[in-house]
Amino acid sequence: MASTLLAWINRRFPFTSFVRNELTDYPVPRNLSFWWNFGFLAGFVLLLQIVSGVFLAMHYKPDVNLAFDSVQHIMREVEYGWLIRYLHSTGASAFFAVIYLHMIRTLYYGSYRAPRELMWWSGQVLLLLIMATAFMGYLLPWGQMSYWGAQVITSLFGATPMIGEELVLWLRGDYAVGDATLNRFFALHYLVPFVLCVMVLIHLVALHHVKSSNPSGIDLAAKDNIPFHPYFTIKDLFGMVVFAVMFFAVVFFAPETFIEEANNVPADPLQTPPHIVPEWYFLPFYAILRAIPDTLGGAAAMTVSVLIFAAMPLLDRSSLPGGARYRPVYRAMFYLFVMDVLVLGYLGTQAPEAWVVVVGRVATIIYFSIFLLLPWVSKIEERWLRRRGLPTALQATMASERRQKASGV
Amino acid sequence: MADTDEADAGRRDFLTTTTTIIGAAGAAAACWPFVVSMNPTPGVRAQGAASLPLDGIPPGAIRTVAWRGKPVFVFHRVPEQIAKADSSQGGKDPQPDAERVQDAAWLVVVGLCTHLGCVPNKTADGWLCPCHGSVYDNSGRILSGPAPRNLDIPPYTISADGTLMIG
Repeated sequence: MASTLLAWINRRFPFTSFVRNELTDYPVPRNLSFWWNFGFLAGFVLLLQIVSGVFLAMHYKPDVNLAFDSVQHIMREVEYGWLIRYLHSTGASAFFAVIYLHMIRTLYYGSYRAPRELMWWSGQVLLLLIMATAFMGYLLPWGQMSYWGAQVITSLFGATPMIGEELVLWLRGDYAVGDATLNRFFALHYLVPFVLCVMVLIHLVALHHVKSSNPSGIDLAAKDNIPFHPYFTIKDLFGMVVFAVMFFAVVFFAPETFIEEANNVPADPLQTPPHIVPEWYFLPFYAILRAIPDTLGGAAAMTVSVLIFAAMPLLDRSSLPGGARYRPVYRAMFYLFVMDVLVLGYLGTQAPEAWVVVVGRVATIIYFSIFLLLPWVSKIEERWLRRRGLPTALQATMASERRQKASGV
Repeated sequence: MADTDEADAGRRDFLTTTTTIIGAAGAAAACWPFVVSMNPTPGVRAQGAASLPLDGIPPGAIRTVAWRGKPVFVFHRVPEQIAKADSSQGGKDPQPDAERVQDAAWLVVVGLCTHLGCVPNKTADGWLCPCHGSVYDNSGRILSGPAPRNLDIPPYTISADGTLMIG
């Protein structure tokens, strides 16, 4: 009976072959470490955000007079409303944590390089969409931080030459962030995740075409690949359990960690809180914005600091496989970059005193220098490594790749 | 005109090109209503006026009044503050104090930092923006920090009976 039904379907829709090719028998390199778990986790968090968000929307009211109270209503009166809200607010931070780790993996192992440029770029689009969604969602509770965060970020568009003022007025639909702004942010906050899902699909189609990268940095032949199921279904689910333990520890025991105290005060358009900070995931970019003593320059530098990641496949001109693993100079730059981002993140939390501005400028220069020097550094490093003689392990890896390509396996 | 089965390639190209251009223009035009629907509505634009009686504000005190959803600082300056403001041209956006006030005792400025729109906090010598550290003097002129301009001055009048009308 079941097999008859399956045969009926398979004549009309490639169900069995799709499941086999893309899920159960999909070939995955056997040497993936836990660093290759984060794509799956990002998908899980996206699902969590969409489900919790849809249920929040059943109780939320996007109106300046009702929004703050409706969130309190969710927290106090809706059954398990507190849980759904904390899942959603913690989920936003978890999303960025997972995405940033996913990006760090890509940068360390050079997974952005050919033939995976479109994966990297579709990932960059995903990052921008997630940032936009998070920013718009943050306005919805209509607390002080919500309000002033939106006020500052929409004001950034005022730095656009010529049309800045009209552009801000159009974005807000009001002279200051107001009812029109709240309503449209709610509409778009609900919409963009579905656009995001389409982009995720594109990201996955590209992945299944080029297959996963792996720590060795070479394309492995069929003999070094193993089927996705059961090996990686188990590995990904194990990673998900580890993630869930940490995630629910925050949700249940420290749910206010990622909610600024000032956001428990209703928005007041006439009074900025004494110290405003963005959410942690925007801090490094915020520090770059503050480091530039000019509105347009600051806004431009902040935009470029996010977009510049997309240039990595063009900037990295080394042909050695394995990313930072076999490239000591690139590795040093990688760790310098990570530390620099952490310093910028810390500076983003500090009030704009003189030393914060000075250190912020140095860190900003380092941030951009690492990207802009990479074309030369990667070339010189490769020449130096080849002259010095590549490590035997790397030579063996490269030789095996050549053999496999020649034999057409 | 003789019947022929041969296609006129030039005419096809012309038709394809014009259809594409007109179709694209039509699609772009169809976006317009959606784009302008996001503009402020007449109701929002009409919130153009606010008034405040000045007689209740003692010298040295400041009142904040909402105008178009934005805070407007109404600052009753004391003579020393006026003299100090008069003696300088401000910072990177120089302007004499006299050009920024109608009555030297009353400074009326939009209370949003010209950098990214936070509300600056009052200090002894002016204002300090808590967001990115822009410093303004008691004439609302930018002294240091990332803000590009002095605090904006809204259109306003002060009537004979001492009522401030903004807008």
